[in-house]
Amino acid sequence: MLCVVSAVASLAAVPETRVKLPNSRADLANGEKLFEVHCGRCHGPKGEGARGPMLAQAKLARAPDDAALLKIIEEGIRGTEMPGAGAMTEHEVRQTAAYVRSLGKVPVTPIPGDPARGAEIYRGKGNCSTCHSIHGDSGVSAPDLADIGSRRSAAYLRESLVDPEASVPDSYLLVKVVTRNSQNFTGVRVNEDSFSIQIRDDSGRSYSFWKTDIAQIDKQRGKSPMPSYKGRLSDDELTNLVAYLASLKEGK
Amino acid sequence: MRSLIWLFVPAVLFAQVNVPYERIRDADKEPGNWLTYSRNYTGQRYSPLDQINTGNVGKLHVAWVHQASELDDLETSPIVVDGTMFITEPPNIVKALHAGSGRVLWRYQKDIPGDVHLLCCGKVNRGVAILGNTVYYGSIDAHLIALDARTGALRWDVTMADYKIGYSSTGAPLAIKDKIIIGMAGGEFGVRGFIDAYDAKTGKRAWRFNTIPAKGEPGNETWVGESWKTGSATSWVTGVYEPETNTLYWGTGNPGPDWNGDVRGGDNLYSDSLIALDPDTGSRKWHFQYTPHDQNDWDSTQTPILANGTVQGQPRKMVVLANRNGFYYALDRTNGKFIAGQPYVKQTWASGLDESGRPMRLPNTAPSVGGTLLWPSLAGGSNWYSSTYSPKTELYYVNAKELGAIYHKGEAEYKAGTPFNGGGQQDYKGEEPYGAVRALEVATGQLRWEYKLHSPSHAGLMTTAGGLVFGSNGSSFFALDAQKGDLLWRFEGGGNINANPISFMNDNKQYVVISSGHALFVFALD
Repeated sequence: MLCVVSAVASLAAVPETRVKLPNSRADLANGEKLFEVHCGRCHGPKGEGARGPMLAQAKLARAPDDAALLKIIEEGIRGTEMPGAGAMTEHEVRQTAAYVRSLGKVPVTPIPGDPARGAEIYRGKGNCSTCHSIHGDSGVSAPDLADIGSRRSAAYLRESLVDPEASVPDSYLLVKVVTRNSQNFTGVRVNEDSFSIQIRDDSGRSYSFWKTDIAQIDKQRGKSPMPSYKGRLSDDELTNLVAYLASLKEGK
Repeated sequence: MRSLIWLFVPAVLFAQVNVPYERIRDADKEPGNWLTYSRNYTGQRYSPLDQINTGNVGKLHVAWVHQASELDDLETSPIVVDGTMFITEPPNIVKALHAGSGRVLWRYQKDIPGDVHLLCCGKVNRGVAILGNTVYYGSIDAHLIALDARTGALRWDVTMADYKIGYSSTGAPLAIKDKIIIGMAGGEFGVRGFIDAYDAKTGKRAWRFNTIPAKGEPGNETWVGESWKTGSATSWVTGVYEPETNTLYWGTGNPGPDWNGDVRGGDNLYSDSLIALDPDTGSRKWHFQYTPHDQNDWDSTQTPILANGTVQGQPRKMVVLANRNGFYYALDRTNGKFIAGQPYVKQTWASGLDESGRPMRLPNTAPSVGGTLLWPSLAGGSNWYSSTYSPKTELYYVNAKELGAIYHKGEAEYKAGTPFNGGGQQDYKGEEPYGAVRALEVATGQLRWEYKLHSPSHAGLMTTAGGLVFGSNGSSFFALDAQKGDLLWRFEGGGNINANPISFMNDNKQYVVISSGHALFVFALD
């Protein structure tokens, strides 16, 4: 076959109005196994959330019903890091969905902290908006945080504040370019192919360079220009800031 | 000089498109035309044209563009006959264009049933075949369709197989003598593969070669129980032909289910094989299996290349290819015996090839529930798109992918009309994937040079007598020096390139063609 595996799973999406997920003990056990292999790396082995959002909650914003949940597992979510499940059969997708729903039946601890105080730290002491935007309201050198609460777990957000280089997103790469006429440019890579590279600097200005015009490219993999907030913010302030970031969800 | 006659005779004389078999057989006598999928029967995808060459390719520019109307990948490899270009477009469109201007001469569209959804990779199609004044193509719902090359009017339409259980057709047919040879797709749905031949005039099926032997036939013992009935071994890319020995060479795809081999113990013949057939009868002359009991979806459907070379001082007639499984192979095309082979990309599943060319599989390389990391990925070291061979440089060129994957084993229960995969894979990003155009010595696969690419490509190559290799990477189309691998020209096409280049002559001017995104770009010098 060709290389587009995820398309295969989407074929299984026969139009349907009402969905019934398999719910036998064996189905859930297999769903758990599949979840650990295919989903756990980002969502945490028990759906507690990590790089991907926590799924152990009664309501999933993007999956209000089971049909929507199946579609997300099969096809992924465009514009996010969530891929489609190319390696599962239709039945396995259903078992996984059933397991995801079962996670929501377990009571969860609410995220501690005061989001309103966190918002003050975001705008004030934390200086976050120098680089980050919420719906494009300020800096563009770092990722927009408008729906960061839907994308990341609280634990991941806290880790990113304390140790920004613990997990730099795949799509984020800081690049230093020295041209043949000795000009220096630093920015985030926005595109690259065999012949050219495009970067965007702190001011939001974009540049394109032919590789034949470049003397040196320094790709700072795993590096982040974000400072660590360890010691800069107190434990309580971090907790409040995380609570604020976790409250930033789609549609808000 | 005979070739020049074809080049300079005014196009008006050829207003009646007519391509008898002899013209395709002798395609080298008319280098300005592109009469069959790979230009001639050798599969070399080499153009003897040299008006565009290493000295002037830097000045190549767009002559015209043709926009497709649908958004599936445009994978067509055009046919050009005496000033008319024939292309296919998704979802099921055939068009004739004036080759000098790009203006549409006719358009045919088949209405396909609304329930055609068992497709691994979209409503793609790789082109037509021409014979006499008829154009042939395989439709996405697994029909073979014949159209009047002058008007696009339907001549006949025959059903090859049932799309409802996963059969489709995406590859360009191959016209040989009075027959149209065509393969099929559907390797992810538990179909049973075949290669078909149809009477070019009537559409009556002349023969069918089942790529999986039935009970009682030799080879069936390489399948456990009834697994042969749903074992795939499809045939979705165009094969090649040698008139001197009357031999058709055609590659086959992965065994099904793709990633779970437990239910189909054995070598699974003739999956992932090259099969030599008599095109008159469909009888098998020999076969060579590249990946016995494949569990990584490494189809071997790509177009093989017939090339001659010298091995240990002896002239050899070879059939060569850089397989999706990561190894390059040179076989003796007279008997299918292995001559030489070696990896041309990173591979971690075999310790090498034994004396007969069989891979020596390493332990713990099968897909697993928890995931098994292996190179190459399911997309392979190369894929369906064409490699090329230049008789001038005597080198084989492949657009290679350096990419690993984590292979998962999953459930594999056959249910007609549903995917039958038994798992899947995720591309491995821990080691930066990249691509490279690699020039290999044809008899050994030894690397001569490489031109590195930022990412793995999914597009074919063409060599020309102008000393060039045309290729693609992402949305860029480019030309390299065939001797040294230096970059000489590039063009940003603005959309991913999933196609093979071709070249032709019109009004004494050489053109080069590639599809990028949903458009066909045609280039020329001033």
